Amino acid sequence: MSSSRSFAARLMALLVIIGLVGCGAQTATEAPANAPATGAAKTYSDMVLCYPQLGAESDWRTANTASIKETAATLGIKQLVFSDAQQKQENQISAVRACIQQGVDVIALPPVVEDGWDAVLTEAKNAGIPVIIVDRSVSADKSLYSTHIGSNMTLEGERAAAEFNKMMPNGGVILELSGTTGSGAAVGRAKGLRNKLNSNITILDSQTGNFTRAEAVPVMQALLKKYTPGKDFQGLFIHNDDMGIGAIEVLKAAGVKPGDLKIVSVDGTRGGFQAMVDGWFQADVECNPLLGPQVFELALKLMNGQPVDAEVLTDETVYYPENAAELLPTRKY
Amino acid sequence: MNNRISFSRIRESRLFWVLTAWAVILGFNALFVPGFFRINVQDGHLYGNLIDVLNNGAPLMLVAIGMTLVIATGGIDLSVGAVMAISAAMGAVLINPAPGDKLVSNEILTRNATNTPLAIIVIATLAAGTLCGLWNGLLVSRAKIQPLVATLILMVAGRGIAQLISNGQIITIYYTPYFWFGNGYILGLPVSIYIVAAVAILAWVGVRKTPIGLFIEAVGLNSKATYYSGISAKNIQLLAYTFSGFCSALAGLILSSYVHSADGNNNGLNYELDAILAVVMGGTMLSGGRFSLLASVIGAIVIWTFTLSMYALGVPANALLAGRAVLVLLVILLYSDRRLIKRRGKSNPAAVQPQDEKPGLPHP
Repeated sequence: MSSSRSFAARLMALLVIIGLVGCGAQTATEAPANAPATGAAKTYSDMVLCYPQLGAESDWRTANTASIKETAATLGIKQLVFSDAQQKQENQISAVRACIQQGVDVIALPPVVEDGWDAVLTEAKNAGIPVIIVDRSVSADKSLYSTHIGSNMTLEGERAAAEFNKMMPNGGVILELSGTTGSGAAVGRAKGLRNKLNSNITILDSQTGNFTRAEAVPVMQALLKKYTPGKDFQGLFIHNDDMGIGAIEVLKAAGVKPGDLKIVSVDGTRGGFQAMVDGWFQADVECNPLLGPQVFELALKLMNGQPVDAEVLTDETVYYPENAAELLPTRKY
Repeated sequence: MNNRISFSRIRESRLFWVLTAWAVILGFNALFVPGFFRINVQDGHLYGNLIDVLNNGAPLMLVAIGMTLVIATGGIDLSVGAVMAISAAMGAVLINPAPGDKLVSNEILTRNATNTPLAIIVIATLAAGTLCGLWNGLLVSRAKIQPLVATLILMVAGRGIAQLISNGQIITIYYTPYFWFGNGYILGLPVSIYIVAAVAILAWVGVRKTPIGLFIEAVGLNSKATYYSGISAKNIQLLAYTFSGFCSALAGLILSSYVHSADGNNNGLNYELDAILAVVMGGTMLSGGRFSLLASVIGAIVIWTFTLSMYALGVPANALLAGRAVLVLLVILLYSDRRLIKRRGKSNPAAVQPQDEKPGLPHP
């Protein structure tokens, strides 16, 4: 008798648990769609945000990671699901899938390359999870994600072109050390440069250093053996500061002095500022990694079903050596 | 007759094929990469592609020296790349604290100064790597875990440890005296080359002027026979793995000094594979036994000569791996051909002994 009662009690308990879990799953996946109807606006303390970071390839990236983590802690969000894909798209795709399974509220994705996101973005859309594309862009259909926040990479390339036009009014020859092949940043910066570069400035050669110092160094070494600095080329466009720092070391070994070449880099990290103070970079085009506050603001809007702009651009500028020394101590990345 | 014997002796030499491979690459460069061999004097030091090969290849040469001894005992060390990352991170946090998940605007992070004297940084860096090697050695020799599995543990965990040390950040180093190891020059040649030479001589004296080398080969060839001869295979293995850890630590130091940063994810990435390739190209068999330190070092030089030639031709970094695979395949095929000739040439009854079947044994 007692055993049958306890069996019934267990059965009840099991049913209750199943019910709870069922409800939990339901609210997690359908919340974004139902949010406006429920009326009660969601707050940061309800938010579970998934941030599958693409890696830690540069100072810029670590600053971006720090910004996301710091903002999450300050706002007191419920949970930040953070992962590091080590610059491999397959790792990033499986991280996104894991987040969809977990039923997070919003996914903020900094894609390592532009292509190949359609399938997993469709899965997120079918699960009712809004996706914010952060930093680099994707080639997937715009209906598959809610918004893109980040820098206008093409504009950065155009700004760099403007610097070269200013420094080389009588024309000249430049080399390009580009970023990861196929990444939105490398594609955009290369395109921007070519859009706005004066016709009397030619791009002699372009090779990728994959945005890392370790790979930029041997590539730069080989380029310097092929072309004589000053004679064959007078300028150098580098797609990020980390590669720039690697390149400077190579230039030093080759006997190039600061100022011999016109060097323009992108990012505006501490390392880049130091390079301007030392006279190596003539300009550093800013690319702001401190996207944390904006990402979470957009995520909250999406959770509450409010409309957001399809493209949110960050406010950026170009830095010059003149005030680099005085700005350097204030740089946060 | 005499001529034929001396030619076959040259061909049997461990150095022959790896030097042939190097000569082929250099010949290719002479034809297709103009100015590859040019060496100038620049600001009082030598400057040119060949110098870059030596300087860039120095970390790999060091790792290959350690790897040779491990492989000669019949083992393998997959953790070398991760150990490089751990050592590099160790050095970097001693120079400047890692800020972790906080955004700090603090000039302390970019100043040309250090929290720890340089000598202590170097000692701590080397100690970190040597401890990792000791750990591998204990797992293999005392816990009797298969070398592949034992070192795989640290290969996977090591990058995590490096990131823990550096708080998940890439630590940029601004302390200029630290750059001397990777970018300095002594008498016109890169500092790193002197470090490689010192370690190579140390290893060579250790294995060729003492019985240790013989013991290492004995452990690799036939550990049971070694046991019955009263040699402590355990301690020989422990020594080999610890030395490999030490070599990786030095490599990590040079590499982080070279690129001015410690990066838990990317420092020493794929070095375990390159080092194994260098050793195999140098004619040391993965099954253990006879080895040549010099041949492994040249193997590392071949890999870097090839890499820089491809960059000079404008081959992108990603396609390079495919080219490297072809290079390795060719060298390995040359070796298998050598063994084929050897087996066919054997007609004396001594060849029937099982030990002679082991490739790489000396001729009687």
